[in-house]
Amino acid sequence: MHSKQEAKPRLVWIQGVTCNANIHSFLNLPTLPSLLSKLNMLYHPSLECSHTLQEITQLEIACDVLIFEGTYDPLLKRNDVLIADVVKHFAQEAKYVVALGSCASFGGIFKASAPKRNSGLIFNEKESFGPLLESQKKVINLSGCPVHPEWLGYTLNMIINKKEILLDELHRPLELYSHLAHHGCTRNEYFEWKVDAKEFGLKEGCLFYEQGCRAPMTHASCNKILWNEVSSKTRAGTPCFGCTEPDFPRNNLFSTQTNMSIPQDVPLEIPKRAYLTMTGFAKTFSIKRLEGKLIDYKTTR
Amino acid sequence: MARISKEERKSTIISVALKLFSERGFYITTIPDIAEKVGMSVGNFYNYFTSKDILAKELVLFISEYLGKSIQKINEEDVSTEEKVYKIVTMYFDMADHKPEMIEYFLRVYLSNREVFGEDCKGMLCVSPFVTEMMIFFDDGVAKGELHNQDFFSAFGLFMGYLGGMVFLFGENILPEPLSEYKTSISQNIFNALKTRS
Repeated sequence: MHSKQEAKPRLVWIQGVTCNANIHSFLNLPTLPSLLSKLNMLYHPSLECSHTLQEITQLEIACDVLIFEGTYDPLLKRNDVLIADVVKHFAQEAKYVVALGSCASFGGIFKASAPKRNSGLIFNEKESFGPLLESQKKVINLSGCPVHPEWLGYTLNMIINKKEILLDELHRPLELYSHLAHHGCTRNEYFEWKVDAKEFGLKEGCLFYEQGCRAPMTHASCNKILWNEVSSKTRAGTPCFGCTEPDFPRNNLFSTQTNMSIPQDVPLEIPKRAYLTMTGFAKTFSIKRLEGKLIDYKTTR
Repeated sequence: MARISKEERKSTIISVALKLFSERGFYITTIPDIAEKVGMSVGNFYNYFTSKDILAKELVLFISEYLGKSIQKINEEDVSTEEKVYKIVTMYFDMADHKPEMIEYFLRVYLSNREVFGEDCKGMLCVSPFVTEMMIFFDDGVAKGELHNQDFFSAFGLFMGYLGGMVFLFGENILPEPLSEYKTSISQNIFNALKTRS
């Protein structure tokens, strides 16, 4: 008979080429202690666990859930063992492999040093590519730079509770990635009436027209499940960088790419002709309330 | 004899009104003038358009939609931006040749009597189909690397202001040659001014 500890899903957290941001993010999960109590942490680079890296890289034990953080570089070694062998070993018996963050999902930032060699676990950007193509059914991509702590929390809880996780075509959980980052943005009214944020750091105004915001074409629930339970990039005044999409990172994250003043990319699946027509109409009207600071408008009327 | 549908009758009124407004001027032309030329009673005319101002706005929309659809066809062709410039210029000059009332109305009535059009035609409201299609043209040209990436209105003004000016000169009988003679040189000038700079 198994002990209670053994019945918990056994988790191994391995790192490829990474900046550790997904760990930092995960440490901010408010329910972390309760979540960890439901897992049997065999190895984690920062958290308390039952095995050392030396033991893990003997490749003699197995896990139920493998979390892989960072870009996959087949030549990278951990404890002098090729990460390629480590991933292959643990993925073999694991029921789930979580590619954590945009690097593990699509290659992300750390793909740049070797764009043809480095990749995500099953994607290089949006092309099928990587070491786990043959067992891709068990791979869950949690893209984001870093990933939202609640998204990993959701995924692990679903696994612990043996619930089915539905995935999109890029293997991301639909529950988390069917929304756009635009949904729930507090600047939506400015987007509707095409009022730009005149400069960086303002609470009022939309960041889509000049400041490079990718929220209307980025699958992420950042404005639905808030960061640190209080805010999001766009709410705080930073444009969405589209960090959950396979083409992240792009250049010039703080400026909107335009062709003759016309946004190169328009909101997801909206025909450009229709978008430009709507924009033209909306821009015709000047709405005093939306022109300056809301607090001033209320007090100076 | 087949009965004329309401839509057909409406389009006859539009075409007659365009001609009268652009030939005689907006204020001089009256609804009875238009009704008489169409061959209908003044009372019946009001079943189609409830005022002269409303008719005036409908005419701008009609022209804008006509131009928009014509440019959309060109935008959807698989040809170079340089060729598209030539096709847009040709379409515009053909229109000035064969349907001069459309461009005359736009230049001499719409742009010269803005008080008639007021809030209802503010900004893009009455010219959206046409301007949107020009946006698509410019956006596509830059995306293909064939046009210089610059401010939209700087490019739009250069393109359409030039064409409007030529049609104006043509309307004033100042041009020594027919408009069609200028298609090639004007298309080249526009493309040279807008093309990617090396």
